[in-house]
Amino acid sequence: MRAALLVALVAALVAPAAAPASQQHPTQNELESEIMCPVCGTTLDQSDSAVAQQMKMYIAARIHAGATKSQIEDALVAQFGEAVLAAPPKRGFNLIAWLLPLIGLLVAAPIVGWAAWRWSRARDSGPPVPPSRLDPDIERRIDSELAGYETS
Amino acid sequence: MGRRLKLAAQVLAVGLVAALFGLLGWKVTHQGSGAELVKNAGLGKKPPAPDFRLARLDGDGHVDLKSFRNKVVLVNFWASWCDPCKREMPRLEQAYRQFRGRGVEFVGVDAQDFDSSAKREVRKAGTSYPVGYDGAGKVLGRYGGLPLPKTFVIDRRGRLVNYHLGELEPADINRLLKGALKPS
Repeated sequence: MRAALLVALVAALVAPAAAPASQQHPTQNELESEIMCPVCGTTLDQSDSAVAQQMKMYIAARIHAGATKSQIEDALVAQFGEAVLAAPPKRGFNLIAWLLPLIGLLVAAPIVGWAAWRWSRARDSGPPVPPSRLDPDIERRIDSELAGYETS
Repeated sequence: MGRRLKLAAQVLAVGLVAALFGLLGWKVTHQGSGAELVKNAGLGKKPPAPDFRLARLDGDGHVDLKSFRNKVVLVNFWASWCDPCKREMPRLEQAYRQFRGRGVEFVGVDAQDFDSSAKREVRKAGTSYPVGYDGAGKVLGRYGGLPLPKTFVIDRRGRLVNYHLGELEPADINRLLKGALKPS
């Protein structure tokens, strides 16, 4: 459990460090997979609609002109609104969408661990469970029937 | 202590789920309002037209629906990537010239579009009525969302009295407006 948490934290810390390269020199495919077609509800790479074609051409022209990823994204957001981004931006109120799962994991892990520890402890130290007793009448009936089998 | 903690956790969990359901309900009702509006207009219920104020595509001030009260207003939603929209633009311009002296205003709303492409189309069609820019499609959403083109007619009292989905022919424009120009 601790190892998994450590891996998640390291991944979260390393991800921003890897970003600048694609930030400065974004590729067409990368942007098409991160930008939504506003009329079809899919990312641009999944759509051939007229507006998607127009947006793809716009992205190609901006990449050719040397624009950074955030410049292209900001320009598209200015035209079509924030819904054009497939994932919410990692700033402001939208940061909640990125942090909440991590916070949830960090809060839930100790609770689950503590509950599991208590459960296993209760099972180990609890009083022995007495064997369930049969009803005396049924016990007598079983004995007499077994005795009948033995004699036959 | 343990029981209290458990109860608090349960209350928290139930509260969280209830909040998420509330959020979902709000989202559904919020999105559904545009579709409801179109449905009511189609049933002849004459619902009030949602107000909007948009920056003009030519950058010269705003288009404010409220400023057209006491006039019949034709609101045409379009985009430069929509071929039927582009085909109907010259017909709308022609109808605008024909009807504007009779207490009728036309308003174009360019939705979910690049403003540069839209400006080009406006110039090409020689559109002289005001066109607002609704890039994010928020106003379009309040009027039922896609598809485009779609055209609404608002009467002098600000009620939606007619709408047309799809490309307009001159006869459609006449039919939509003549209905609204009749004294109510």
